[in-house]
Amino acid sequence: MIARALKLPRRGVSAILGVTIVGLLVLAAVFGPSIAPYDPLKLDFMARLKGPGTPGHLLGTDEFGRDILSRLTYGARTSAWIAFATVTFAIILGMIVGILAGFYRGWVDRLLMMINDALLAFPGLLLALGIMAVTGASRDAIVVALGLAYAPAVVRVVRASVMSIRQREYIEASFVMGNTELVTMMRHVLPNCVAPVTVLATTMFGWVILSESALSFLGLGVPPPAPSWGNMLASARPFITQAPYLIVLPGLFIAFTLLGINMLGDAVRDWLDPKMQA
Amino acid sequence: MMRFVLDRIVSAIPTLLIASIAVFAMIRLIPGDPASIMLGDLATPDQVAAIRKEMGLDGSIATQYLLWLTNILSGDFGQSIGSGDPVLPLILERFTVSATIVVAAVFLAALIAVPAGMFAAWRQHSLGDVGVVAISTLLLSIPSFWLGLMILLLFGLWLKWFPIIGYVSFNEDFWTALSYIFMPVLTLVLVELGAIVRMARAATIEVARLEYITHARAKGLSENAVIWRHAFKNAFAPTWTLIGLILGGLLGGIAVTETVFTIPGLGRLLVDAIYARDYPVVQGCILFISVIYVMVNLLVDLLYPIFDPRVAE
Repeated sequence: MIARALKLPRRGVSAILGVTIVGLLVLAAVFGPSIAPYDPLKLDFMARLKGPGTPGHLLGTDEFGRDILSRLTYGARTSAWIAFATVTFAIILGMIVGILAGFYRGWVDRLLMMINDALLAFPGLLLALGIMAVTGASRDAIVVALGLAYAPAVVRVVRASVMSIRQREYIEASFVMGNTELVTMMRHVLPNCVAPVTVLATTMFGWVILSESALSFLGLGVPPPAPSWGNMLASARPFITQAPYLIVLPGLFIAFTLLGINMLGDAVRDWLDPKMQA
Repeated sequence: MMRFVLDRIVSAIPTLLIASIAVFAMIRLIPGDPASIMLGDLATPDQVAAIRKEMGLDGSIATQYLLWLTNILSGDFGQSIGSGDPVLPLILERFTVSATIVVAAVFLAALIAVPAGMFAAWRQHSLGDVGVVAISTLLLSIPSFWLGLMILLLFGLWLKWFPIIGYVSFNEDFWTALSYIFMPVLTLVLVELGAIVRMARAATIEVARLEYITHARAKGLSENAVIWRHAFKNAFAPTWTLIGLILGGLLGGIAVTETVFTIPGLGRLLVDAIYARDYPVVQGCILFISVIYVMVNLLVDLLYPIFDPRVAE
């Protein structure tokens, strides 16, 4: 029901837009160093707070004279890297737990699901804040914190598909052939979880980028001076009257990226999971 | 009905237990002596010895947990390292600020979004429907902190309609309080509008296809009577659950909005305590927000049968 509620009309157009926006993000992330006109950390006190359109600085400079376009490009790199690492971490963890719970059932399942549902029952950002309080702010800490916060959703999806796969004849056949449980799980159960997990992973990409920028905005994410869209917004806040573009630009980048990922997510779901189509 | 209520209450217990264990374990996971962590850098050896005894650090981890839980349940959340004040009153004071904003925002968002979603569903594929869906999709992609900053820029700095920093309690002066609360509430309303509209729309489309709606129309009822007397209750039930989740989720993420508008709420208290390594306050905030979150969802579940009595049978 929720999945259906989040559907968009006119999927063809939105799929193309989604692929384009996400493609641009990936390009910026991969080729950032060659696209960016300046070093994102290079200070230039002669060129502080220059507005967009200044010769030499297409999108202007910040309070330390750093080039905004370069920082936004590197910010894409930061966000994409953290999102990729976090989603990978959440999926590996979620798949292991989900397969164990769905395959063995019984008390293993009950114990794992009790912990999982408790984790799932909390707002992701609160869980991440709690973990960041223990570890301190760093890139690795964000990956672990957000990964743990989002893994329970993966566990739910994987467990559900494992439970239905487990009833199929070919799993029984695999045992009859003398395969061990480990081989059966890796060769026959795992590949069947790929479609639902891919659908979830695309959506999760957007959640992670949003949460990462929120954490960075709070000063508990990517530590400065490294640029991330969230910490650019946070450091621009005192200059909101003098240089509103410092706030408008990173936010536009985040919003566009999320819009692209949401559209791509809907397209991926339709492609891999035709049953969900209304 | 009684069974349904009991079931729901019992099912909240494991979640609360695991949350309490996680919050308890937090201090033990930080490298260093838990007693020194709870007291901060400026503690004297005597103080450390005293709190070691208070926390039962010489006993087993299980006895330490039980001791801690007993204190929490009796309302003793410890003292703030920074100010030395007891933590619970501090949390309750900040909570009233956050709760005012969150409850007002969710109430207004639901008041706008539910009719908008139902309207869109009733005229599915019309221009109005496409517009409502497009706006809600756009709103879903805008990060709350950025939207907040944009609202601050527009209404606070350019138009100068509202004060940009701080909070005034409604007990002091109603209109002043309203002027301070306007921008944060507007931000949260816009942020949550998208999800509620889409949910209400989808649920209504689902209900509108059912036979009893066709039957109600065949009876000759007016379209308004069909919507409000027959479709509304069923269409609202799933949206009601979403509203509960949003209400709790906002409390978890309120720190961001409070940072934008410099509001002394619970989220800001938590983030500041994390900066300052004021662990008793960090623990207290996380535990308190978790409990509120579970309670809100429990309450939403318990009230669900009002809209859909079938679940209680």
